[in-house]
Amino acid sequence: MLKNNISHIRAQFPILHQEVNGKPLVYFDNAATTQKPKQVIDALQRYYELDNANIHRAAHTLASRSTDYFEATRKTIQQFINAKEEAECIFTKGVTEGINLVAQTWGRANLKAGDEVLITTMEHHSNIVPWQMICEEKGATLKVIPINDAGELLMDEFDQLLSTQTKIVACVWVSNALGTINPVEEMIQKAHAVGAKVLLDGAQACSHMPVDVQALDCDFLTISSHKLYGPTGVGVLYGKRELLDAMPPYHGGGEMIKEVTFEKTTYNEIPYKFEAGTPNIGDVIAFKYALDYVNELGKENIAAHENQLLKHFVDGISQINQTNNNAITLVGTAKNKVSVQSFTIHNMHHFDVGMMLDAKGIAVRTGHHCTQPLMQRFKLEGTIRASFALYNTTQEVDSLLQALSSIVKFSNR
Amino acid sequence: MTTTDIQNEIIDNFSLFDGDMESTLFYLMDLGKKLPTMPDAHKTEDYIVKGCQSKVWVFPTFTDGKVYFEADSNTEITKGLVFLLWSIWNGQTPDEILNSELFFIDKIGMSRMIGSQRSNGFASMIKQMKLYALAYKTKGA
Repeated sequence: MLKNNISHIRAQFPILHQEVNGKPLVYFDNAATTQKPKQVIDALQRYYELDNANIHRAAHTLASRSTDYFEATRKTIQQFINAKEEAECIFTKGVTEGINLVAQTWGRANLKAGDEVLITTMEHHSNIVPWQMICEEKGATLKVIPINDAGELLMDEFDQLLSTQTKIVACVWVSNALGTINPVEEMIQKAHAVGAKVLLDGAQACSHMPVDVQALDCDFLTISSHKLYGPTGVGVLYGKRELLDAMPPYHGGGEMIKEVTFEKTTYNEIPYKFEAGTPNIGDVIAFKYALDYVNELGKENIAAHENQLLKHFVDGISQINQTNNNAITLVGTAKNKVSVQSFTIHNMHHFDVGMMLDAKGIAVRTGHHCTQPLMQRFKLEGTIRASFALYNTTQEVDSLLQALSSIVKFSNR
Repeated sequence: MTTTDIQNEIIDNFSLFDGDMESTLFYLMDLGKKLPTMPDAHKTEDYIVKGCQSKVWVFPTFTDGKVYFEADSNTEITKGLVFLLWSIWNGQTPDEILNSELFFIDKIGMSRMIGSQRSNGFASMIKQMKLYALAYKTKGA
């Protein structure tokens, strides 16, 4: 169990060992980005000190080494998500680029007037705007699955909205603002029954739960490295081979071609067809070490630890509320959720709470979390969001609870 | 009091906290409560200060050669920041406002206190209040 091992784990994250505003740093903004273990930082440094060379094509040793390491990450991510083959894993800048890629290539080739794209109320802007753009261009319609007050999808409404006009369901697997785990297995099954494809935004999910794209049978999955203890600027788009093969390229340039003449260009095979230009080699290489690290700890162990922190936090909030007239409102109380908890404090603006917590060295997220339509659903301008990761401790959660307790008392003055 | 005197007083008051962030923020929020109530009718889009993360409204009037401000914000810490500017400039002449150098900002370590995003917002408030002063000066001239 992680709990028994926590000081060893924390020792591998150099950034955690510092003071902020004179207090030990408590980092609870993990849903925005996770911190990086020493293995990842060392890999980045090693790459630039020993291996830096442009990948693929060149005949020299450094190029061959960096190519091998780059492709080793692809192999690792293939296993991490249980894709059928490495070629189904395309490196991107991140989840946003992955979704834009699908919308601009698959969407452009497959959507037409009268078609429908189905998303949920709890989407991040990055899974709304790309679809709005392509729907507008093609005359297709964007439809939205509503949620209940706990932040769970209304599956009856999903059934109603789903039809043969639905061409793709683009759905967040785990909500970044609420922590809700959506019933994606059921959604994928139902979507396929009407002939629709399914894209899962896995930005949040992949750090908290096991991923098996073959068992899920999703058509596309987007992954973020930096939310998975890896470097920023790297993501992966998984797609089924038959879809990726049929999709037109996204960006034109080097790497993605088979042959270029001024008259005609033929395109490379997947994954290279979608990887135009020199990629973010060093960060991709270092990403492997993050995946290895998570594998080594075990997703089940990580989830068990994080869930225990979440429970401790939610119980602590109930206690504060008992003596403070329910001053804190939890936003996102789904039965099935990960260690992300949004909340608001009566009479206090979330910006002020964020700054007061920062003064105590506690980092949380405040604002709309790039989910403005979701905030509108809850009639909120924003929330305070604490998100717990594998290196957080019960003592840190206690620090947050103590800080919130004194803020609540201050707000009642 | 001159704008310099008021600023020196602000610096003295903030120095009591010796850089302790938490007590400084509590103090700022208490300062915000001293702002006279701004009528909701004046909190319109026209009087929102652009460039602030929080909502900030500044409504100016001009009487007997002096500029008066009503101001408010939807967040308490920002309201405290608005109060500081209000306490320096409310009831001053356009020239005093335009010529005053806000040396208290560096002296109290404002940027460390509120971060760069809010510092930009704070700069927008200053610019907006000076623009109102300039408008009255031009009109009065």
